[in-house]
Amino acid sequence: MTARPVVRVASGQGFWGDWLEAPRRQVEGGPVDYLMLDYLAEVTMSILQKQKERDPAMGYARDFVGAIESVLDSIVERGVRVVANAGGVNPTACADAILALANARGVRGRLRLGVVTGDDLLPHLDALLAGGHSLANMDTGAPLADVRDRVLSANAYIGSTPIVEALGREADIVITGRSTDTALTMAPLRHEFGWSASDWDRLAAGIVAGHIIECGAQCSGGNCLIDWQNVPDLANVGYPIVEGHADGSFEIVKHPGTGGWITVPSVKEQLVYEMGDPHAYITPDVIADFTTIRLEQTGDDRVRVFGVRGRPPTDSLKVSIAYRAGFKAVGTLVYAWPDAIAKAQLADRVLRERLDNLGLRFETILTEFLGVSATHGPLAGDGRDAPEVQLRVGVRSEDRRMVERFTREIAPLVLNGPPSVTGFAGGRPKVEEIVAYWPALIDKRVVKTSVEILS
Amino acid sequence: MRVRMLDLAHARSGDKGDTANVGVIALRPEWYELLVQRLTVDVVSKHFAGIIAGPVVRFELPNLGALNFLLHGALDGGGTQSLKTDAQGKVFSTAMLRLVLEVPDADAVRLGLPQV
Repeated sequence: MTARPVVRVASGQGFWGDWLEAPRRQVEGGPVDYLMLDYLAEVTMSILQKQKERDPAMGYARDFVGAIESVLDSIVERGVRVVANAGGVNPTACADAILALANARGVRGRLRLGVVTGDDLLPHLDALLAGGHSLANMDTGAPLADVRDRVLSANAYIGSTPIVEALGREADIVITGRSTDTALTMAPLRHEFGWSASDWDRLAAGIVAGHIIECGAQCSGGNCLIDWQNVPDLANVGYPIVEGHADGSFEIVKHPGTGGWITVPSVKEQLVYEMGDPHAYITPDVIADFTTIRLEQTGDDRVRVFGVRGRPPTDSLKVSIAYRAGFKAVGTLVYAWPDAIAKAQLADRVLRERLDNLGLRFETILTEFLGVSATHGPLAGDGRDAPEVQLRVGVRSEDRRMVERFTREIAPLVLNGPPSVTGFAGGRPKVEEIVAYWPALIDKRVVKTSVEILS
Repeated sequence: MRVRMLDLAHARSGDKGDTANVGVIALRPEWYELLVQRLTVDVVSKHFAGIIAGPVVRFELPNLGALNFLLHGALDGGGTQSLKTDAQGKVFSTAMLRLVLEVPDADAVRLGLPQV
């Protein structure tokens, strides 16, 4: 394909809501060939589906338009290509927004957009179910028919192949829907080095590269536990860049002069993040074996990754389905010393008795005492001398009215419950509809992706 | 001798549905074998008793000097359903590091373990 000995893929967003500064800093801070932007988490698709229901021109990560706006001149000038799963449930509308932006900025004739579609299974859901695809919940085994009437979105996780095709057709910006996070990084490497679809070790290496940088700065000093007090200049944290080689080995680096750090331990922390069985990191392209990964510090803020082994993937794709699953609300109050925890505990008992007397029934009531036991439970001790404790009570129910009524029971406690109470400035708790996640598998052969090039 | 996990390892945790994963990484390569021997499924299950509803599964990554634990039933349903502050299991990592291991004195001396 190309004679480029090193291909640089820079991570510019680790999730929808990540640092708006990062894409521009990645493109302008030094040499990069690709800018990789990951926007989608398990529940993001359902949020986007709701937006699309309200407005058919929505349903994609709007942040992406701002990100492209911030780098448009630079990527055109420097020839940096962009790969992003910002398309959500409406990649075509996302592409239209980018074209409109390019038009307004007078660079339209100089940009080719690749749009990957076919991951959206919602239009085919009933036909699939009728055809014997149960789309059973991977965790519980329940058939999708149980919640079919409440399904909001259904998207297959698709791999690198359509992105590689789009790059091969000279797209400057590739927009996908529910691509796997890791494919966004692997695809440019596969494209540049011409790795075949059965080059398991190299594909697996690309997946590992993707896993390391898909959460942005989380491998370069962000959320880094080891020696966290000494992570330099987090205010200017450098996002990670993969320097890939044709043999599948790569180095994780960041631009000079940026903060954070890239060390063997910081990369290890990211490698174990959201890990399942390390022997079988399953993707649509390849199964990567994380127990084969070798790491070596080869310079300041430079970690070499090599030795990665892979094997053929399964015949299935994972499907991310979102469905309506009732309502929830969370109320909080703060109790102060002395005996903060005892007061908060009494308030919880009083509240529960009142909910009970009102005849309210919930699927779950969960009480936490922030400052004492909310995150580590009884492991954290009794919190007897805590200067303050936040009482946090959450409820969940299929019946919205039950949850509404609960939200009216928090404020009264300020005047008719235990003393030394404050922290109610936020007002009454809000009722939220729960959009739950339903993971399933589907036969790969029924998912047809396609690539469209717009210019 | 009693040794704190906090002094032996660093960790990161995340979620998959209702399961929290905790990756525990030895601070020194020579301490990894000790973790393999002492930080067992049984020890971790007892540590999280009453906090998680399901079983604990352990995987070994000698290449990273790390163990990966899956704590099932840890997140009140997980994702958007969960009512927990830590619905995505982000700080199970440091909850794991609260664990205190019993280590034979000879091993502790040989490995240069920091004691409590």
